[in-house]
Amino acid sequence: MAQPLVKKDDDRDDEAEYSPFLGIEKGAVLQEARVFNDPQLDARRCSQVITKLLYLLNQGETFTKIEATEVFFSVTKLFQSRDIGLRRMVYLMIKELSPSADEVIIVTSSLMKDMNSRTDMYRANAIRVLCRITDGTLLTQIERYLKQAIVDKNPVVASAALVSGIHLLQTNPEIVKRWSNEVQEAVQSRAALVQFHALALLHQIRQNDRLAVSKLVTSLTKGTVRSPLAQCLLIRYTSQVIRESGVNTQTGDRPFYDYLEGCLRHKAEMVIFEAARAITVLSGVTTRELTPAITVLQLFLSSSKPVLRFAAVRTLNKVAMTHPMAVTNCNIDMESLISDQNRSIATLAITTLLKTGNESSVDRLMKQITNFMSDIADEFKIVVVDAIRSLCLKFPLKYRSLMNFLSNILREEGGFEYKKAIVDSIVILIRDIPDAKESGLLHLCEFIEDCEFTYLSTQILHFLGNEGPKTSDPSKYIRYIYNRVILENATVRASAVSTLAKFGAMIDSLKPRIFILLRRCLFDNDDEVRDRATLYLNTLGGDGSVVETDKDVKEFLFGSLDIPLTNMETSLKNYIQNPSEEPFDINSVPKEVKSQPLVEKKAPGKKPTGLGAPPTGPTSTADTYERILSSIPEFTSFGKLFKSSAPVELTEAETEYAVNVVKHIFDRHVVFQYNCTNTIPEQLLENVFVIVDASEAEEFSEVGSKPLKSLPYDTPGQTFVAFEKPEGVPAVGKFSNMLRFTVKEVDTSTGEAEDDGVEDEYQLEDFEVVAADYMVKVGVSNFRNAWESMGPDFERIDEYGLGPRESLAEAVSTVINLLGMQPCEGTEVVPSNSRSHSCLLSGLYIGNMKVLVRLSFGIDASKEVAMKLAVRSEDENVSDTIHDIVASG
Amino acid sequence: METCPSVKNILLLDSEGKRIAVKYYSDDWPTNNAKEAFEKAVFNKTQKTNARTEAEITMLENNILVYKFVQDLYFYVTGGEDENEIILAAVLQGFFDAVGILLRGNVDKREALENLDLILLCIDEIVDGGIILETDANSIATKVASNSVDAGAPLSEQTISQALATAREHLARSLLK
Repeated sequence: MAQPLVKKDDDRDDEAEYSPFLGIEKGAVLQEARVFNDPQLDARRCSQVITKLLYLLNQGETFTKIEATEVFFSVTKLFQSRDIGLRRMVYLMIKELSPSADEVIIVTSSLMKDMNSRTDMYRANAIRVLCRITDGTLLTQIERYLKQAIVDKNPVVASAALVSGIHLLQTNPEIVKRWSNEVQEAVQSRAALVQFHALALLHQIRQNDRLAVSKLVTSLTKGTVRSPLAQCLLIRYTSQVIRESGVNTQTGDRPFYDYLEGCLRHKAEMVIFEAARAITVLSGVTTRELTPAITVLQLFLSSSKPVLRFAAVRTLNKVAMTHPMAVTNCNIDMESLISDQNRSIATLAITTLLKTGNESSVDRLMKQITNFMSDIADEFKIVVVDAIRSLCLKFPLKYRSLMNFLSNILREEGGFEYKKAIVDSIVILIRDIPDAKESGLLHLCEFIEDCEFTYLSTQILHFLGNEGPKTSDPSKYIRYIYNRVILENATVRASAVSTLAKFGAMIDSLKPRIFILLRRCLFDNDDEVRDRATLYLNTLGGDGSVVETDKDVKEFLFGSLDIPLTNMETSLKNYIQNPSEEPFDINSVPKEVKSQPLVEKKAPGKKPTGLGAPPTGPTSTADTYERILSSIPEFTSFGKLFKSSAPVELTEAETEYAVNVVKHIFDRHVVFQYNCTNTIPEQLLENVFVIVDASEAEEFSEVGSKPLKSLPYDTPGQTFVAFEKPEGVPAVGKFSNMLRFTVKEVDTSTGEAEDDGVEDEYQLEDFEVVAADYMVKVGVSNFRNAWESMGPDFERIDEYGLGPRESLAEAVSTVINLLGMQPCEGTEVVPSNSRSHSCLLSGLYIGNMKVLVRLSFGIDASKEVAMKLAVRSEDENVSDTIHDIVASG
Repeated sequence: METCPSVKNILLLDSEGKRIAVKYYSDDWPTNNAKEAFEKAVFNKTQKTNARTEAEITMLENNILVYKFVQDLYFYVTGGEDENEIILAAVLQGFFDAVGILLRGNVDKREALENLDLILLCIDEIVDGGIILETDANSIATKVASNSVDAGAPLSEQTISQALATAREHLARSLLK
């Protein structure tokens, strides 16, 4: 590959001499630029100097303000020259210099002259330059010419005007929107690219008008589209229309699907691919709809062009996450891609195969991957490791070969992220596959014997302390752990001490030996290590008497801190800020646990939370909500926040004021947080509040509200309304809302608001508090264990007919959403074409009641769906409530 | 997805990963340092691959990167991760072939630097502010070439006059040493 370059090495010296920019220096070039001022312009010389200036800029050299201004002014002199090539360089230079507003005026007249020139090249380029550097006021002056240019018969000129329009729409939408008629005309242009640019601009002008977009798509899909690029664009707009219109419920047909399918037979590859990609991402796409798209992608897989292979395998990889069965037809082509020269393609092929593979192919696949792993980069390896973990969870019986594979790659060279991915995977496998525990733990033990990453060592030691004592022969781990105390840095030593203590607490027979080891740690030279050893010796009764470890101690050692650390941090900060005599009470820390530690969601595509993974997204928003609410004195007495819902939009998109509501559920109260955004630059809203009519929510009574003092343009603000409700009861109801405020006009040029305001109100949509609002999604790592340990005492089983449904998947997701619970073990994914499905859910109901639900669905030929619902919880009322929710939903 | 196909940058590097001509259309790389770091990452990731017969492709920092090499010139086009790979490849091919036409088949670093004006104009004719203007190599080259010399002169004469001009410059430079 590098062959031709090596040959060149011999004459590298000669080559360097010929570089026209050798030894180029900014100061000298700026001096040279004086030729621009010569009365007799040498066009060729000037072009060269401009090229040099552009070269400098391109190499990352910057001009000071003064230098730039000087160059700019002298460049403008070059408009005198009639040399076309020079003019072209002048245009380029002006664009690169991006002159300031007062400088722009200097060139405006020259550029406007060029815009009306008879030379097409001048017109096209002058438009592009002028639009690049212009501002609103100047734009109104040249608007007339731009409108003309859009319908110019020279396609280059028209395209230049249209593309400039697309850019200007960002800064001066109101002006560009006035060009609709011309743009509309350009869409019908016979020139392929003009149509493409016109279509892009027209769509952007109309993008907020759904009806107009839909009309545009309808007319064009029937008409002629000339360039592949425009066709791709139309496919994108079509999928947008499809997404917004939904499936025709009577016939089950999707509007415009035929058009997309037709594009699969287009002659341009980019169009075929764009259409195939659009089909694969249709929401709720059926197997019948997918098949033609998969077929063309499969053809791409064996293309000689790497770009096509990559595009196809990347798309199929995404499809495999949701419709693994649909992709299995491509498996043979995919397997040949494992040896593809292009490593990105090979990695995508492997991970796709891992997703679609069946139990029997696992071993063969693993062999191929082993050969492949050694020569790819870490980033690819991590992708493969993730895929292997999912595979292992899918086929637990295959854990032996997969675990072996993981332990092999763990021994090889690799960076932190890669090693962490492997360790995380092993940990998850140990938790979910009981048979894999012993071998997995030993692999981890061997790894920490020679592990350069402190973080991983401590995490593994912690994990070992929890899992090791429960194995058949715990004593064999002691050696590995104590080795850490001897060999490692202080952080790891301290962890090892804790782990030893856990073994001591759990296994009485090991106690005497553990005490000996812990006593040795009392002489460690690190404070933390000594402190821990002392603490554990005392709590475990290390003074010699071998007693049964009491429950409190075990609780202390093993009890996980069931408080999200971010909540803990917030509470501690509050405590420090408001000093008091009372000691800090850990029970006062809110416990809303939204993170799901060490739960591997088998749903493909979701990032697993591995060992010590940071809490996922929801916690941080919950944390923000918590901070906001606790900062409002009126609400502090409500106690601890149980759940915050996702925002519910109360306005249509693109209206004057955008408002959504977040429902915060407390034990005896509900607080509605209205997030308001003012989208009108000319207005300032003051004293904003929401009047809530709760006549359709009988169990609620309003207890307070907090208005928003001022809501300036584009700065979101919140106003709150609080309601009281019966304690612990999942009261439901409907609320109507009216936004009230005082409007003040704002002078947009100065940003100052007028003194006098007008009272006004704005109708918002209604929303409801539903039973699902009282349910927090909390996953369980092993549903079957959780189910059995819950016991059948408060089990309630019943059957329901759900009537005709669009599909099984749709019925399943409806029920999941209705209950607002966390699907476990990936059971929310319904394989396409299946006639029955079971789904496992878990959650935490208000009053901190754990709830587990088993759903069994069946669908018959007439799409009638029947469902069996089994609930287990800690309280029979809660179990009944779940049935009520379903019965009434 | 509803957006117009767009290009984040076009890069032309040499066999050591140094810039010959680059143009960025996205704010993903706000400073020159960020740009240089990106170019370095691009070069390191791709230099060992064989992208001489067909354009190659990879992902880098959540971007799609298509590239093609000839002699000591390395051509790259970058797009967002949701971009249609084949559209990006079409832009790359247009750029690659147009440069080939403009340099009259002598596609190497020296020739590229000596005709840097043409290369810069070429990039300017392919993409405007991220939006694709033209992907057909002949149209691109025609637009650039018709600017570089007197529009009236026929193509064959251009070749000679250009050759003469270059020869003159070489002569002048060697005399000055």
